[in-house]
Amino acid sequence: MELGSIAIQLLNSVQYGLLLFLLASGLTLIFGIMGIINLAHGSFYMIGAYLAWSFAERLGSLWLAIPVGIVLSVAIGVLLEWLLISRLYRRDHLYQVLLTYGLILMAEELRSVVWGDDVHGVAVPALLSASIRLTETLSYPVYRLWISAVCIVLAFGMYWLIARTRLGMTIRAGASNREMVACLGVNIELVYRLVFALGVALAAFAGMIAAPVSSVFPGMGNQVLIICFVVVVIGGIGSVKGALVGALLIGLVDTFGKVVEVSIGGFRVLPELAGTTTYLLMAVVLLWRPEGIFGRKLQ
Amino acid sequence: MTRDSLRWVPVLGLAALLLLLPAFAEKYYIQFATKIMIMAIFAMSLDLIVGYTGLVSLGHAAFYGLAAYVLALVSPQYAGANLWVSLPLAMGASALLALAIGSLVLRTSGIYFIMVTLAFAQMLYFVFHDTKIAGGSDGIYIYVRPVAEIFGWAPFSLEKIGDFYYLTLVCAAGVFAGLTVMLHSPFGRVIVGIRVNEHRMRSLGYATFRYKLVCFVIAGALAGLSGYLAAAQHGNVNPDMMGWHLSGGGLMMVILGGMGTLTGPIVGAFAMLMLEIAFQGMTKHWQLLMGGFIVLVALFLPRGLIGVAAALRRRKGTDA
Repeated sequence: MELGSIAIQLLNSVQYGLLLFLLASGLTLIFGIMGIINLAHGSFYMIGAYLAWSFAERLGSLWLAIPVGIVLSVAIGVLLEWLLISRLYRRDHLYQVLLTYGLILMAEELRSVVWGDDVHGVAVPALLSASIRLTETLSYPVYRLWISAVCIVLAFGMYWLIARTRLGMTIRAGASNREMVACLGVNIELVYRLVFALGVALAAFAGMIAAPVSSVFPGMGNQVLIICFVVVVIGGIGSVKGALVGALLIGLVDTFGKVVEVSIGGFRVLPELAGTTTYLLMAVVLLWRPEGIFGRKLQ
Repeated sequence: MTRDSLRWVPVLGLAALLLLLPAFAEKYYIQFATKIMIMAIFAMSLDLIVGYTGLVSLGHAAFYGLAAYVLALVSPQYAGANLWVSLPLAMGASALLALAIGSLVLRTSGIYFIMVTLAFAQMLYFVFHDTKIAGGSDGIYIYVRPVAEIFGWAPFSLEKIGDFYYLTLVCAAGVFAGLTVMLHSPFGRVIVGIRVNEHRMRSLGYATFRYKLVCFVIAGALAGLSGYLAAAQHGNVNPDMMGWHLSGGGLMMVILGGMGTLTGPIVGAFAMLMLEIAFQGMTKHWQLLMGGFIVLVALFLPRGLIGVAAALRRRKGTDA
């Protein structure tokens, strides 16, 4: 590969990795703080993308669709936590898996009822539709750079929220001892509800900004959910730093796995088996550190 | 008759019904019953991991699907594969896969185990989905069912619906009996002990990792058996047979029936397939109902139908 296209693939992998980070951080926060494994996380990503598409059509611009979508997804998060998730805190992971699996089926079918089963494209907003020329023949879309920038800003925002604010302090305290925090007069139920809604909103937002790049299609949530699991397992569950490193690693491996050609003994291994590279990376990490790169030692 | 001997009446009745079903039922119902028994084998094998070792696997479909692919790949195009060769081969492949995946995933536990099993199953899904080994995403067809030939003599023919039914019945009953014996053996006691308290079992000197791995491999091989039968029945094998909807559905069967029992998964498989048909009859968007039902079971039926039955029996006992 020549230098120009390597640069483009690098930018692509960073953009994909940062988007994955947005999703995986929600997943890892919900687990790390609330102890809930949420299979429906990918469905929120899908819902976000569909919200962006349908409101962008109706309101005429993605800029208007995003705030509406965020408000709606926070509402969905609060409602789900209040109705269902809050009943699962003391239960075995098995029931969390089952309940959120049921939610996936419902979300997928509701999507089919409300929006249909077609694939849709979302227009890149006019403001960001330009491309930057890299070489004579190669250029890079500004929109993808914008996605990366937004993800970086959100990553810092999240760090600030959790490490530097009073709410973040309460969240961290609630993660280590829920009862004690409740005894000190903090409305921990409300805090959990907020965390869950934040996770849902992050996933939905990732879907919204990804929609113009990846298009909007049925099943997009499940695909991304499993990759998020891989990210979280590699980085270590509950660790936001781990999610960032894991997501960037996966972004690199996945993007280059699809463009590099590798043959072993006359059989073309890559890009034929590109779908499996991320899982192989996970297998290697599991052999090396079963608890993930930044995870706490397993009991 | 004493109360104890009365308990055997429904069991014997069910056995008689199962044995005589092909004599009076229509073709469709015989095939449907076969399908239920195949799923019951799958659910029992999954319960061995979930209910007995206490590890939640979301990737069990991988072993089911691999055995199905093995049958498809060893079948000559216009003839049947030999049952006595291809079945052990398919189950062996699933067992080997379970050994490979198990030695990695059993290093983790809890929530990691859930995610990692799902991810490995998905990896295998992509191997068959993206490459041309076996028809890619469209899958591959098996035109002729396996032949049960031993040195030129065939005791039965799987092309006959009744014979296929009886083979499945023998397999399901065999798995049930085999697992019952296994779980009451010293090996089985250790497995249950690990679920209750792994640290204590380790302190008692048991190499718990090896016990769990053996359990995982047995479960994989049995899931392979069900996948093989399913492939032979439908004649079509595609990547969805490894998909996580099957793994999730299997988990649902185990919990709906009652995990940690062997009758539970059978009841669960039966109930799930019946429900599926009922919901499909009601609306095109039956998955919505199924999803809602799963949510309700997770919230209100943690011990499954077997648990409900046991609670009812207990209440009756105190009333009397």
